Amino acid sequence: MPIIEINNLTKDYEVGFWRKRKVRALDGLSLTVEPHQIFGFLGANGAGKTTTLKLLMRLIFPTNGSARILDRDISDVSMHARIGYLPESPYFYDYLTAREFLNYCGELFGLNRNVRQARSEELLTRVNLDRKSWDRQLRKFSKGMLQRVGLAQALVNDPEIVFLDEPMSGLDPVGRREVRDLIAALRGEGKTVFMCSHILSDIEVLCDSVAILKGGSVARSGSLEELRAAETNAIEVIATCHAPALLKLWLKDLATVSTTPAGLRIEIGDEKDVDVILAQLRAVNGKLISVNPVKQSLEELFLG
Amino acid sequence: MTDSSASTTLSASTHKSSLRAGAGAIAAIARNAFREAVRDRVLYNLVLFVLLLIGSAIFLGELSAGQEVKITIDLGLSAMLLFGAFIAIFVGVGLVYKEIERRTLYAILSKPIGRGQFLLGKYLGLCLTLLINVAIMGIGVSVALIYLHRGWDPLVVKIWPAILLIYFELMILTGVALLFSSFSSPALSALLTFFVFIIGHFSDDLNALAKSSGSAAARALFRALYYLLPNLTHYSVITPTAHGIAPDAGAVGLAAAYALVYSAVLLAAATLIFGRRNFK
Repeated sequence: MPIIEINNLTKDYEVGFWRKRKVRALDGLSLTVEPHQIFGFLGANGAGKTTTLKLLMRLIFPTNGSARILDRDISDVSMHARIGYLPESPYFYDYLTAREFLNYCGELFGLNRNVRQARSEELLTRVNLDRKSWDRQLRKFSKGMLQRVGLAQALVNDPEIVFLDEPMSGLDPVGRREVRDLIAALRGEGKTVFMCSHILSDIEVLCDSVAILKGGSVARSGSLEELRAAETNAIEVIATCHAPALLKLWLKDLATVSTTPAGLRIEIGDEKDVDVILAQLRAVNGKLISVNPVKQSLEELFLG
Repeated sequence: MTDSSASTTLSASTHKSSLRAGAGAIAAIARNAFREAVRDRVLYNLVLFVLLLIGSAIFLGELSAGQEVKITIDLGLSAMLLFGAFIAIFVGVGLVYKEIERRTLYAILSKPIGRGQFLLGKYLGLCLTLLINVAIMGIGVSVALIYLHRGWDPLVVKIWPAILLIYFELMILTGVALLFSSFSSPALSALLTFFVFIIGHFSDDLNALAKSSGSAAARALFRALYYLLPNLTHYSVITPTAHGIAPDAGAVGLAAAYALVYSAVLLAAATLIFGRRNFK
């Protein structure tokens, strides 16, 4: 049973002085997310990722459509006790220290004082925030440090689902790796992670399934394997030979041949032509290295 | 990042009941709003107030022989009202606006907090700031009176009902500032709240104008303003207090009830508007 269900969610913003012109930010978005997985929500700037998250978090209201989280409508305030949210480029009360802020967030969830204190320390350790910074005001924090505090506050209530809007933003390579490990660990604990990003490498490494958003609606969705394998039957043959020019000439009507550091890359559109290619390769005393189905990269899917 | 060290188990027993949790969340927001005011050095106005009191005690007393006590009460309570109004207006209009502008609101409203709870917490936080501000100022005036009298002065007791009324007025003003800031910019909200503060002190004149005006439209306008805007004339007892006449308990009780009801209506209206806002 899906843990997140979004049904025909539409959001129009009224713009202009008289608010008569409408700009559609989200156009009938529908998707479902299964529990215990990392779901990647991909899209270019302005595709509607943050709008979707803000709708789910009740920060804005839909023009049309509905959404349910944990089988409860998003307008149900009590449901929000079971989820966590990291906003994009988080900015918190700069007069509070990291420890005070987490303690405050714990209070908003109704946690007892002892639990709040223990939880704050545990989370600040978990996001690798230097212990010396725990009692410094947030106004003195770098963007990366704020991002870590943001992640900690999203986990303060031990949520079942964590919504992360660009969680790697502002982090250095080490920080990105640490956050990636943290997100993977959350899945290991049985949590569901809904993650917005346009850093494709992170999505590729982390996500079990993705939805690619374009113009306010889902252009593609499914598991990464399904998406990559879809829409192509192409086969890639890698081989080496002493007469590449001759092989290229023979295969010019059948395949696309290019030179790569690994050897010749021969791409054919149909599986049944593999035998022909191998026969030609033998004829020029070539050596076969690999035969693989061609998968689209996430970048190609994203741009396609 | 360290992989999950045995995470704290947040069982049902660690959560308070929903009603207590709701009240606890409002209290937490209020405490945080108070902490913000303190750390933003809002209470520094007290230093200025104390300097004003000392100055008036030393210089004005000498200028007006025998009038030291009256002038100290007059000046002390007037400064209390003006400083308080200044805080209520300028901090009040920023209560919500700053949260939206700095996007600190996003992480908070995604938690199990209703928008009404959030507004109430912010309102109570500023009311707490004002209460402490007014109380310290009241103590300051009391000490000044004792100093001037070279001992206990019965007027010390008589100024506190007036101080209480000033505080009730500031509660209303905070509510007005919060209402305006729930839908307009801080500059406009401050201006509108200031107008309400001024007009509110001439509420009885509005009523008189409504009665004496020849035009039906003007009568309707003045009457509407009279009933719509808060009547702050009940809270202006500074001059009688300076003359040693304290308001009776009944008047103070009525003014308190009026302030509570009016503030509740303002908060309800602010919640209605704020609850429909999109935070883009």
